[in-house]
Amino acid sequence: MKRAELVMILLMAAFSAYLMWKSAELPVGWVENEGPGGGAWPFWLAGIMLGTSVWSLVRWSRGISLPSQSDQPFMDEFALSSFLKVAVPLGIALGLIHFIGIYFSIPIFMIYYMRFLGKHTWPLTLSISIGTPIVTFFFFDIALRIVLPKGYTEPLFYPLYDMFL
Amino acid sequence: MEILANLIDGFFIAFEPLNLGLMVVGVVVGLFIGAMPGLGSVNGVAILLPMTFLVPPTSAIIFLAAIYYGAMYGGAISSIMLGIPGASTAVATTFDGRPLALKGEADKALIAAAVASFVGGTISIILFTLFAPPLADWALAFGDHELFALMMMAFATFVGLSGDDIPKTLFSICIGLVLSSVGLDIMSGEPRLVFFDIIGFMHGINFLVLAIGIYGIGEMLWTIESTRGEPSMSKAKISVDRIVSNLKEVSGTWVTALMASFVGFFVGILPAAGATPGSLMSYGFAKTYSKTPEEFGKGKVDGVVAPEAANNAASTGAMLPMLTLGIPGSPTTAILLGGMVIWGLVPGPMLFIEQEEFVWGLIASLYAANLFAAVINIGFIPMFLWMLKMPFTILAPGIFVLCIIGGFAPTQSMHDVWLMFGFGVAGYLMRKLDYPLAPAVLAIVLGPLAEPSLRQSLLISNGDITAFFTRPISGTFMAFAIFLLLLPIIKAVRARMVGNSSQ
Repeated sequence: MKRAELVMILLMAAFSAYLMWKSAELPVGWVENEGPGGGAWPFWLAGIMLGTSVWSLVRWSRGISLPSQSDQPFMDEFALSSFLKVAVPLGIALGLIHFIGIYFSIPIFMIYYMRFLGKHTWPLTLSISIGTPIVTFFFFDIALRIVLPKGYTEPLFYPLYDMFL
Repeated sequence: MEILANLIDGFFIAFEPLNLGLMVVGVVVGLFIGAMPGLGSVNGVAILLPMTFLVPPTSAIIFLAAIYYGAMYGGAISSIMLGIPGASTAVATTFDGRPLALKGEADKALIAAAVASFVGGTISIILFTLFAPPLADWALAFGDHELFALMMMAFATFVGLSGDDIPKTLFSICIGLVLSSVGLDIMSGEPRLVFFDIIGFMHGINFLVLAIGIYGIGEMLWTIESTRGEPSMSKAKISVDRIVSNLKEVSGTWVTALMASFVGFFVGILPAAGATPGSLMSYGFAKTYSKTPEEFGKGKVDGVVAPEAANNAASTGAMLPMLTLGIPGSPTTAILLGGMVIWGLVPGPMLFIEQEEFVWGLIASLYAANLFAAVINIGFIPMFLWMLKMPFTILAPGIFVLCIIGGFAPTQSMHDVWLMFGFGVAGYLMRKLDYPLAPAVLAIVLGPLAEPSLRQSLLISNGDITAFFTRPISGTFMAFAIFLLLLPIIKAVRARMVGNSSQ
């Protein structure tokens, strides 16, 4: 925990400094007849972020903050393995949306999760993972007219568009 | 009398078939979300807000408010049956709810929770109806200075009252405000903070991207880690006879319920406080003023009644500043406020003049949703118990899918979905290191309102910051804000003085 907190504080301090530099692309001071410049608001707020990061650093070095007193690992074995088993596949599923679209990516993710992580039976897994995209399609693409991304699978949906839209 | 007439008009709107249907669905969904360990009203409202684009704003807010209400009822179910709070707002309910369940009196605890929630809800809605119109009237006089000072006060409550790590709380507020300023600068029209020249940042960062990231993805990762292994569930015996005899016993706790409702309502109004501290405080009060404080924690009905009445009252309390001043009183109302902006409404006191239908329809729907939640909760206890047995590995992928779609729908860009995923993972890691995240969500919603009000007021007073302090209303807000900011220091100094004198 202790090391992780230091890394997080330093990362956030660096991010604050980057935000200050990026905000300074627009005027950060007083502009005549316009009031504060366009970059002023984010610039000074990012300045406060940097200040509070330094403050956190002081608290860390004195062992005041809770994580700096803890000798628990930041990610123990269970936390790390469940993070890898859930967050990484979710990221992969998001990546797949660009290629095979949401309607093929989602069932793959759900099958993986329910069958391989949850150890549920195939009939249950398949009925939910195929049912979900069908309901989603009628709710979003048809009822709301919010066209969800389909990637290279778009042509497969043309007949459905013709039928319902 | 005018209030009564408005309220009756509101009931006509709330009882339109579409709104009535959405209310019932919302209450059921809310009860379910609230009952699932780890998920509370804020998660439900954040994840389901994009689904409401189908209906008009009034129906949408009625639906979301019903979820909010239902979740407050539902939170008690898993607190009592599993010993795990269904949401942080129901933490105090476990103190006596769990012991009751272990004694074989789970049904008594469940009914006490439902009745107390109903009392808390009803009293707070009556208070809300009485307070909201005059408060909105008063707020009509606010200029930019007052508005900004009010927001400063809202943010200061997080520093003064939340009890979280102070530099990290300040960091969280500021990062939310900075993220809200990404995109085009409203005044000069110039692009700013367009990171790495990625086009997706030009349209800004929608608050929902952060809210769903943190309360959807981040919360799920957190829940998966923190609920290791399957919890064990108590058994509940339910029959009409037992319900009647339980109701009799619960009715003996009306003083506790009344006290808790008032405490909850007024604590709920404060942005940083809300339902969780409100319910803990009420529990504390109930114990202090009880004739038999030693029975608390061992399964006393009052110990269930107090927090449950308070958390429902607090959720209504949180809506008061959201609707009248445009300052949300809780993370859930922050998301409702952001939703109002998406639906094209301008939050603040003008709503009471320009959007009477919306406001009074919502208020009337709260009365009805509260009643429905109580009836559905008591009537369908066996069904909720059955649903609690649903494995998390079925629920979790469904929620992840809702997050993905919910992240995409408002702006229809994959850029936002990736951003949401990033916020979710970062939020999960930061939460583990004691960074509070609710202030960031409140800040990203208020940012687009806070920045123009600051710039306008500085322009009006020609860069003179003292104007914030010399105008009477704004000065009062600022004084409160400074007091709240200094509160942790005052507390620390006092603690040190007490420590010294006792030596």
